[in-house]
Amino acid sequence: MKTDDKSIMKLDRAAILADARRELDMPSRRLFGKRLLTLGGLSLLTGCSITDDKSVNAFLTAVSRLNDRAQAFLFDPHQLAPTYTEAQLTRPFPFNAFYGIDDVPEVNGSDYRLKVSGLVTGQRVWTLPELYALPHAEQITRHICVEGWSAIGRWGGTPFAEFLRRIGADTSAKYVGFRCADDYYESIDMPTALHPQTLLTFEYDGQRLPAKYGYPMKLRMPTKLGYKNPKHIVEIFVTNTYPGGYWVDQGYNWFGGS
Amino acid sequence: MVIDMDTMKATLTPARETAPRNAPIHPLWLRITHWLNAVAALVMMFSGWRIYDASPVFHNIVIPPSITLGGWLGGALQWHFAAMWLLVFNGIVYLALNIASGRFVAKFFPVSPRAVLRDFIAALSGKLAHADLRQYNAVQKLAYLVVIVDLAVLVLSGLAIWKSVQFPLLRELMGGYDNARIVHFCAMAVMAAFVVVHVAMVALVPRSLLTMLRGR
Repeated sequence: MKTDDKSIMKLDRAAILADARRELDMPSRRLFGKRLLTLGGLSLLTGCSITDDKSVNAFLTAVSRLNDRAQAFLFDPHQLAPTYTEAQLTRPFPFNAFYGIDDVPEVNGSDYRLKVSGLVTGQRVWTLPELYALPHAEQITRHICVEGWSAIGRWGGTPFAEFLRRIGADTSAKYVGFRCADDYYESIDMPTALHPQTLLTFEYDGQRLPAKYGYPMKLRMPTKLGYKNPKHIVEIFVTNTYPGGYWVDQGYNWFGGS
Repeated sequence: MVIDMDTMKATLTPARETAPRNAPIHPLWLRITHWLNAVAALVMMFSGWRIYDASPVFHNIVIPPSITLGGWLGGALQWHFAAMWLLVFNGIVYLALNIASGRFVAKFFPVSPRAVLRDFIAALSGKLAHADLRQYNAVQKLAYLVVIVDLAVLVLSGLAIWKSVQFPLLRELMGGYDNARIVHFCAMAVMAAFVVVHVAMVALVPRSLLTMLRGR
């Protein structure tokens, strides 16, 4: 065994030496190696132009749809997001939208009406006093933005699952869609809509929801990223037709789960 | 099952005892998984830099957008969450074949701190031999083991960031959502440092690039 080992080792050395000599005789090989490294570096730097390519975009969009399904598979309807104490609240809670704080829409509460439509038996409009009279729930949860930052906030409102049952929503439908007073629009999957921590909120930190956080109402889902949580909602609809979303239609992932 | 394993070993092991004279220094499966991993890890890093820039963990560290991938946050996220599948599945195939073939133990062990120090000093004084590319020196062994563990930390911390609600155990292991981002960034920095040194070493010993391309 030992002698076998040695003889093979010898052969290896001889082969490698022969290889090395041949390599040294071929400066083109070294040049090739150097150029390959440079080429690799260059192709990586042109990353932006790769993204502009149509077929690459189509591929990335297809993977994003696959990731929607992967996230729906990973989503556990009984898994609760962590909750926090009042001392852990992020103050001030950051304002974030696709426009500046000066452009926040001013919704008049007295003539406000929430439209409920689509696959529901109770197609009607709701006034704010009617919505405020619904069963109340509170949560202190972490809002995670797609940009990476997070903030802990306190929201109060009514459990969305119960609201969906109250309006006679077809909970076997695929999507719940939202239209907003600031022209934002969004849609979510039914399992997330029915999650116990999904809250139709009218309050922030014990106060009436201020305009900057989405007056008169925001759908709060600690199981989804910030952009999936629509503010200034004026219409809620249940559908089996994929409604997309403001950011989603520009390339953000639709499921956007956390 | 046992027989399967043995035949696998026989075909995969590049060890000296069984390898014929013309056996490749790096078997084909290793070369394929190496380059797929290189592509996946670099796409993850360059797109990750663009995602990082959207809300930097360390306010004084911002990556120049010109060296990032994706063009904007949405594009970078698409690249990041596409390359992750390649990184993870290729990594699993690499680890499985490496361990099952016995190559993992044969190539990376033993590695002692003393040997690492000895080879590190030898490398700095230009006395480290590269005659036999079949055998890794102790510094190489350590570097490759570190980057394997580092990639695992990157995947796990990334999973804790991506699905912090769905994986509570992982989230707590990383010290919470915000801390998982710090772990993810630091693990990226370790990988970036590895890439720089690794590419520099390949430039110093160009033959190692050829062996990783054509096997010998």
